[in-house]
Amino acid sequence: VTDSTIFVRTRTVDAVPAPTIRRGAPATTARTARNRRARRGGSHVVAHIVLGVGGLIMAFPFVWQLIMSLSTNTEVQSVTPVFWPAELQWDNYARVFERLPFLSQLQTSITITVIRTLAQILFCTLAGYAFARMRFRGRGVLLALVLSILMVPSQVYLLSQYQLVQGFGLLDTLGGLVLPGLFSAFGTFLMRTAFLAMPAELEEAARLDGANPFQIFWKVMLPLATPTISVLAITTVLWSWNELLWPLVVTTFSENMPLSAGLATLIGDRTTDYPVVMAASLLAMAPVLIMFIVLQRRVIDGLASSGLK
Amino acid sequence: VTSTSQRPGSPASPLRGRAERVRPGGPRQGGHQPAGRRIAGDGVWPWLFLAPLVLGISVFYFWPVLQTAFYSLTKWGVFGGWTFAGFANYLALFADPSLYLSLGNTLLYTGIVLLGIPIAVYLASLLNLPGLRFAALYRVLFFLPYVAMPTAVAMVWRVIFNGDFGLLNHALAVVGIDGPYWISTPGAAIVAVAIVGLWSSLGFSMIVLAAGLKNIPPEMYEAAELDGATRWRQFQSITVPLLTPSIFFVTIVTVISSFQLFDLLYAILGSSNPVLPKSMSLVYFFYREGFVSNDKGYAAAIAMVIFLLIGIVTAIQFRLQKRWVQGD
Repeated sequence: VTDSTIFVRTRTVDAVPAPTIRRGAPATTARTARNRRARRGGSHVVAHIVLGVGGLIMAFPFVWQLIMSLSTNTEVQSVTPVFWPAELQWDNYARVFERLPFLSQLQTSITITVIRTLAQILFCTLAGYAFARMRFRGRGVLLALVLSILMVPSQVYLLSQYQLVQGFGLLDTLGGLVLPGLFSAFGTFLMRTAFLAMPAELEEAARLDGANPFQIFWKVMLPLATPTISVLAITTVLWSWNELLWPLVVTTFSENMPLSAGLATLIGDRTTDYPVVMAASLLAMAPVLIMFIVLQRRVIDGLASSGLK
Repeated sequence: VTSTSQRPGSPASPLRGRAERVRPGGPRQGGHQPAGRRIAGDGVWPWLFLAPLVLGISVFYFWPVLQTAFYSLTKWGVFGGWTFAGFANYLALFADPSLYLSLGNTLLYTGIVLLGIPIAVYLASLLNLPGLRFAALYRVLFFLPYVAMPTAVAMVWRVIFNGDFGLLNHALAVVGIDGPYWISTPGAAIVAVAIVGLWSSLGFSMIVLAAGLKNIPPEMYEAAELDGATRWRQFQSITVPLLTPSIFFVTIVTVISSFQLFDLLYAILGSSNPVLPKSMSLVYFFYREGFVSNDKGYAAAIAMVIFLLIGIVTAIQFRLQKRWVQGD
């Protein structure tokens, strides 16, 4: 059955008045309805089994990580698996702060994420608004140039970004970590799309009241863009918090790293203290996971619609 | 003006350009003229608005792209300083077995992660059943890996894949299979990384596809049901064909992000793993040459090749899309 046939069928069914169907084949209709209900009910059981088992598999690594973070190193490395520790080792979490420069890494992660998010919101809304709502010579070309960056994989600009940051003397500093991430072609695209969809009447009214373009932007249009701004904020927070390659490249000392890169330095250590590593990983993910669980719908819809991390 | 089918505040992705066509000139014709029809334009204001972003993008993105393209044609000395080398880097690169090895690994990884899409289509169709309870909980569970920090989840996967005390090999032993040392065996290492890649991207595909399913009118299923079509038949004949635009979008996003595999590979295998030269991805190869061996010209050439490959693969997909994506 091609979909064109289905279209035709749908139209036919719609065209036939309901009483005719009922008069024509009462038994069939009743059976179909019962079947449908039965099948619906049956398929829900299958759906719950499939989605339930799938969901458990998805969540299992996090649960296993939690269990290991409360075990002893011997239990983690036991050849017969220990599914529950003999005694919960809460002490492992305290040891995270003794063994690793965890607090300074946490501080770095928070600082760079906040700065980048605020900067992107400011710069991308301003530029997105100008591209969507203002007229000036060269707008088309400039917009095409900015959007062309979206097509380029990040490796292509990484080498030069590193050299620039090195040239500014910002290696191993907060400045070096945040710099390229203050600007985003993607965010500009996102905000331009939002501003394009807004009605012009409000702007006109504000202009007649004597507001200048910045006042119109700041007082009238920006508040209307809040839903899209929150999408931009969520994508930026997630990307900035989780990103590995850039911090790996611009920092050398683990106390200057954000958590993502700091954790990576623990890999391959021959004498790994697994429970502490697991506790540190969970603590490092916690802020973002909590944000996700609190704002679940917002985050899921925002990321799914933006299509980018 | 252009986005009539969109809810306000739900932005289109750049990749969804078909639906919300990106017109470089902006909304020149039709409807409301955003900034009025004044001949002089908006004077200096647009430039004040644009200055920070355009300056930043030029310095940190636009210039670097041009510079990398140029670097790919240069040779760098050990103590800095460069000489023009023409296509020497590219010639050396195309003769380098590491390129084909890392390309092969990247393709294998991409292939395995793409297996998640049919699974995601099926899961999305279950998630969208009318009146399904706990749907919100399922969405959260499946999406969780997508938002989690790759280096942090890599830590637990490293232990699950451990050859001596890992859970995976314990489970395999139960069914009589002697599992390999996943992380230190060349062929198995990339498969292990791909399993984690599949796990972390499945939720994203599923949610996008579930959103696409919402656009299929329920009357179609009712009509099919009246015709006595089974659930499986409906899935084949209605769900899949009408979902092709979303499947296409998810495929493109998955391929592009898989080609840029780095974080998971680096975090699961570890930078000192002897298996890396055999199991690295294209981006890891780039990272190694550019930042470990400090061969900037060579790394730039690798970056340009990655750029080109992603461009080619995306172009092919857009070409094929005309053949299998239904409707518009």
